[in-house]
Amino acid sequence: MTGHPLAEQHPTEPDRAPAIGLRGASIGYGDVPVVQDVDLSVRPGEAVAVLGSNGSGKTTLARGLLGLASVLGGDVTVLGAPVGRLRERGRVGYVPQRHTVTGAVPATVREVVGVGRLARRGLLGRPTAADRAAVAEAIAAVGLGDRERDPVASLSGGQQRRVLVARALAAEPELLIMDEPTAGVDAANQETLARVLAEVSAAGTTLLVVTHEAGPLAGVLTRAVVVDHGRIRYDGPLAEAGPLAGDAGHHHPGDAEDRRGTAYRQHQPWTSSRPVHARDGEQ
Amino acid sequence: MEILQYEFMQRALLASLMVGVTAPAVGVFLVQRRLSLLGDGLGHVALVGVGVGVLTSSAPVGAALVAAIAGAVLIELVRARGRTSGDVALAVLFYGGIAGGVVLLSLAPPGQATNLDAYLFGAITTTSTGDLVAFGVITVVVLSVVGLLGQRLYAVSDDEEYARAVGLPVLALNVVLAALVASTVVLSMRVVGLLLISALMILPSAVAQLLAGSFRQAVLLACGIGLVVSVTGTTASYYTGTPSGGTIVLLAIALFLLVTLAVAVREATGRRRHRRRVGLHAAHPHEHGEDCGHRPVPHGDHVDYDHDGHLHAPHRTGTGVHYDEHGAHPVTTPAEGKAGRP
Repeated sequence: MTGHPLAEQHPTEPDRAPAIGLRGASIGYGDVPVVQDVDLSVRPGEAVAVLGSNGSGKTTLARGLLGLASVLGGDVTVLGAPVGRLRERGRVGYVPQRHTVTGAVPATVREVVGVGRLARRGLLGRPTAADRAAVAEAIAAVGLGDRERDPVASLSGGQQRRVLVARALAAEPELLIMDEPTAGVDAANQETLARVLAEVSAAGTTLLVVTHEAGPLAGVLTRAVVVDHGRIRYDGPLAEAGPLAGDAGHHHPGDAEDRRGTAYRQHQPWTSSRPVHARDGEQ
Repeated sequence: MEILQYEFMQRALLASLMVGVTAPAVGVFLVQRRLSLLGDGLGHVALVGVGVGVLTSSAPVGAALVAAIAGAVLIELVRARGRTSGDVALAVLFYGGIAGGVVLLSLAPPGQATNLDAYLFGAITTTSTGDLVAFGVITVVVLSVVGLLGQRLYAVSDDEEYARAVGLPVLALNVVLAALVASTVVLSMRVVGLLLISALMILPSAVAQLLAGSFRQAVLLACGIGLVVSVTGTTASYYTGTPSGGTIVLLAIALFLLVTLAVAVREATGRRRHRRRVGLHAAHPHEHGEDCGHRPVPHGDHVDYDHDGHLHAPHRTGTGVHYDEHGAHPVTTPAEGKAGRP
């Protein structure tokens, strides 16, 4: 069998609109498409890894869902609404690909995370007790409850990434989009992140994680979408995505799929021209 | 006090008080956004308004306000459209502003107050009662908007892309911030002058960011510093006979250098103390680890080791690992010890 037509594997449930729906979508910047003719449907509550090498277009795909890249053709819907017309953007959480918080003026963990709540508060809304509780809860969820009042700059890089995750969680999003959340983060912080995402996913939040190695989050993410040269080359279970799913060094301890260990070790994340259909013959 | 006997000095001090609080309250967002020189550019643009105001014999303050706000909105629209041409567009706008202002002022009929210096470098003692009323209104409006939208302005200044992704009205907030800057420019015109306006927006924030532990603290501290520097500078300028704008700005720079130095000294002594303590354990017999025989104690994001009654925290540097002292002997609980093992 070759190819993985997503329509067969992930039929859209008629009763619920998909959390993410792309039909023949082209996404890019200016007039230049980076992602072309993509079909993708993610059901509410799914946990999806968007895999691919640098320059494959995986980040552009995610940015298109956030309104940060332009939809140049086809349909893109997010939480049931066309992406340009989604009025409650606060329902979508976003963790950008950024290693640290870099503002010139110091800000505390609580101040940065509080920003995540703004989209839920309307144009002039003052923070309510519920807003403050959501912020405190989000900070506690990423394990930084005792650092709430500390300047973000005094935290380690991995902890700063967790602050950005908490910022996204504070909005209590229905869809959480993350760009390379594990890049440059040490093993302990990766484990914390995996635990947080497992909880978020169990609560019903749809996850879309852009990454070049799904290994550290393999226990959470169940479906993989592999992007290469701006097109989807694989869409199916993460466990069967083969060497594209990540390398063995960061394999999640809870995942017993060790038979592919060799393949993982051969995977070199910096090569962009490797074959993307390697696993197809074995399915 | 002698200085308060003169009405023009009363007005001057009142104006400097309003400017001192307002300019940093707006400037702190510019510093956060790394757009420190926006105020400077809008000062240039405001000069066209002054020129128009003088030429038409109407209020220069009102005309400057209109010109500066129009310029601010234009700049944000240019910035929102793309960055490559934005840089040049800003330069055209800024220099067009100052050139237009100079030419318009030169065309004013004789007998008009066309002292360019007064607008460029401030002439605080010429502040009229009418000016004070206008400044009061601007101060109240600017501070109210900052109070109301402060957190949103922070969000956009800190991470514009994130703000856009979660649906905050980024363009509207940027326009609001630019309009606030423009209003502050006009407010500061008499006190520090159009060429030195940025200094009073930026320097107090620069000092505050060295000392503050939170953004909120930084804003309040910047306003406090601005107030002190502005009023002190104005008072000093009365006694020394120097221009108020230059005096205020030099005072702010002196404070900035002083605080920078103090922070650097504090950090250096901190490092020295750290090295001295590290020296005590330079000949550390082994690297602490899972089965080193010393009880692990979780401490924030790392694990300390109970070493003969005090805590050792691993500190990894380019040259290897050494152990920092992290306090005295903790209370021993078996559960704690267990949790510390990876």
